[in-house]
Amino acid sequence: MTDDVAPDSAQIADIVRDEWAPVVATLVARFGDLGAAEDAAQDATEQALIDWPRSGFPRDPRAWLIVVARRRLIDRMRRNVVGREKTQLAARLDTAIRDMDDDLEAGHDTSLMRDDQLRLIFACCHPALSREAQVALTLRSVGGLSTAQIATAFLVPEPTVAQRLVRAKKKIEAAAIPFKIPPDAELLARTDLVRTVLYLIFNEGYDASSGPAQMRNELCDEAIRLAGLLADLTPDDPESLGLLALFLLIHSRRDARVDETGLVLLDDQDRTQWDRAMIERGVESLDRALRLDRPGPIQVQAAINALHAEATSSADTDWTQIVLLYRRLLDLAPSPVVELNHAVAVAMADGAVSGLALLDDPALATSLDGYSHFHAARAQLLADVGDHAGARSAYERALETVRNDMERDFLSRRLADLSPPIRATP
Amino acid sequence: MKYACLLYGDESDPVATPEPGSDAFNSMMAGYVAFGEEFDSKIQAGEPLEPVSTATCVRVRDGDTMTTDGPFAETKEQLGGFYVIDADDLDEAIAIASKIPHATLGTVEVRPVPNFEDFD
Repeated sequence: MTDDVAPDSAQIADIVRDEWAPVVATLVARFGDLGAAEDAAQDATEQALIDWPRSGFPRDPRAWLIVVARRRLIDRMRRNVVGREKTQLAARLDTAIRDMDDDLEAGHDTSLMRDDQLRLIFACCHPALSREAQVALTLRSVGGLSTAQIATAFLVPEPTVAQRLVRAKKKIEAAAIPFKIPPDAELLARTDLVRTVLYLIFNEGYDASSGPAQMRNELCDEAIRLAGLLADLTPDDPESLGLLALFLLIHSRRDARVDETGLVLLDDQDRTQWDRAMIERGVESLDRALRLDRPGPIQVQAAINALHAEATSSADTDWTQIVLLYRRLLDLAPSPVVELNHAVAVAMADGAVSGLALLDDPALATSLDGYSHFHAARAQLLADVGDHAGARSAYERALETVRNDMERDFLSRRLADLSPPIRATP
Repeated sequence: MKYACLLYGDESDPVATPEPGSDAFNSMMAGYVAFGEEFDSKIQAGEPLEPVSTATCVRVRDGDTMTTDGPFAETKEQLGGFYVIDADDLDEAIAIASKIPHATLGTVEVRPVPNFEDFD
């Protein structure tokens, strides 16, 4: 990076966003106060937006941000203490500053700094916090999104998000939720929990019931960025790489998934609109995960999506292989939704009758009765075998259970295609 | 850091609250003895409580003391005992709380005890 080119604010915003997690993490590790660390990182961000367009990029943006944020944090801490505590604080701050200078000198891409980021992530996704708090904290503290951005993405009022964050940080402080990498015995389960939080963030972007498309895509992009960070920080855990691959492969279809009429099914999507670069990144991440030779449910889901990505059409898709992967997934992580997807794949591989036979399992039908995708899939297969009355009532049930406007429109169109429109009586 | 571990369970459920003298009761008590020995250095206080039917609520308003029979709130699960433990952080507190025999029968609520020395 040269010092001569005056960077614009978008470039600065990108860099600052990537440096947010390391900056906050290192401040938390040294000073212990998450709220103060975020405020300081925010100050440093604003300072960068003022200084860098004039001075050019600093040689080491991360070190610059850490030093500026640290100064702001210390100023605030000094202002907040009185009397004899001042001496104690001064001693503590001196130690923290010395330690941080050592870190910076040692180069910031040390394992220590990575561990600080992991500690921050594990605290934000601590099981003692509510799911909503985990999601909001991860986006704010690790992702660097503002309260307003989180509120927009999740369609909740900004004060609600602000309150959620304040309450979560209070709990971290008062209950002494540790900024710690869990011991080996708990590491896998806790990392799974982090992946669940990232999945929820991605899914909120992918499956949002309403709101501007741009914001939904940004949330998916953010989930991808965070999954990339997690994959970097847990390089020996193939499921983290698998999660990154899964997000990339699903998100590569974002432009083809919606057209001017609404939602487009995978089968009908214009595959030339798929983001090839993103697919490549996804397949590459999946390959790296598979080379670690420890299969898991996320990797299997990514592999299924990779098969879709590599096919030029629905007919060209290796449905037999997809059926096998769904069977694998049923072994690794059985759930009614996986059973549903397996049945749909079987229908594609062996015909609608075979798929319908699986969907007509009474236990499955009971557990998925409130799930619109189940009824929509059944309706489609019933229509394929020529049972239009059955298809109609299944679409009607799907419409009763659907929660997403875009999907509601889609189902209504399918239902209308099935039967000639009924003339309104005057 | 101190934490209160509050043991909640359904008093009327013979599984969660075994009859004194029964085998289930005796093995539960053996579990408490073992827990007490294992975490002796971490346990600062701990007592079981008589059922909520023995509880009395006391309120003083305008200098008058008013008492009412029964617990503060009628709930499906009742407070049946507590420990105060010393732990480094919430993870250690949860690890200890999960070893309280009651954790397998009912619910253990872990609540941090504030350290007022911090506010001097």
